[in-house]
Amino acid sequence: MRGMLGVMTAPQVIPVQTPDVEEVPEHDRPWVTIVWNDPVNLMSYVTWVFQKLFGYSRERAEQLMLDVHYKGKAVVSSGARERMEYDAAQLHGHGLWATIDHS
Amino acid sequence: MFRRDGEHCVARFAPDEVNVLRKVAAEVVALLTDGFDRNDPVVDRLFPDVYPDRPEDSAEYRRLTEGELKTSKIDQAGAILATLPASGGGEVKLDTESAEAWLRALNDVRLALGVRLNIHDETSLESELDDAVMRDPTSSRVFQLSVYAYLGYLQESLLDALVS
Repeated sequence: MRGMLGVMTAPQVIPVQTPDVEEVPEHDRPWVTIVWNDPVNLMSYVTWVFQKLFGYSRERAEQLMLDVHYKGKAVVSSGARERMEYDAAQLHGHGLWATIDHS
Repeated sequence: MFRRDGEHCVARFAPDEVNVLRKVAAEVVALLTDGFDRNDPVVDRLFPDVYPDRPEDSAEYRRLTEGELKTSKIDQAGAILATLPASGGGEVKLDTESAEAWLRALNDVRLALGVRLNIHDETSLESELDDAVMRDPTSSRVFQLSVYAYLGYLQESLLDALVS
């Protein structure tokens, strides 16, 4: 019988490695981290995460949270790609649904 | 529910609450270790695709970050297990670091339950629960919905206690 979270024990799928990624100079192309709305995360928690991770004021963090909630998504940080990857990892660590894109 | 006590966030839990918290935290650990399955929608939600239009970049990102993210999620679920009373009910007293780990871990549990329960934006927990009770008050859905609602209140109370 499954547990409450329905833990499955199927074998892990190993992702196929693709080493031939084309290298394009992207220094002057800004990247953005986007947070998407989801029905589970508490509004107060999302605001707290934005304040904590990005040092935003409560007002700015709340506005971003409201944008996520009502518009479906919001750009929460922008800059170098590596930085966005760091930000996305931090957001995933806190359970927010974050993706990276060109601005 | 949590409240502020000096430098700490403090809550008193009944034995049933301790059992539920231990069970869900342990299940998150299981989900991230032996039960880890990339095709599980819960794993999809806890480890989102960071480049939706660039599958190769997403795979590379996952290769670089998934292990660390998994470890941090296991550690934060472990923070709940480590601070619960060993048996029966009792008090839980969290410093800032533990409180933040609890917040993240409670969120992971709620995300996992949210996927299993098919919670969406328009979901009214109250009417879902009423419907489930009407169908079968002893069903696992009734229990899961109750736990999901309880964990939401608990997480909110911990956040309030932490920032107050």
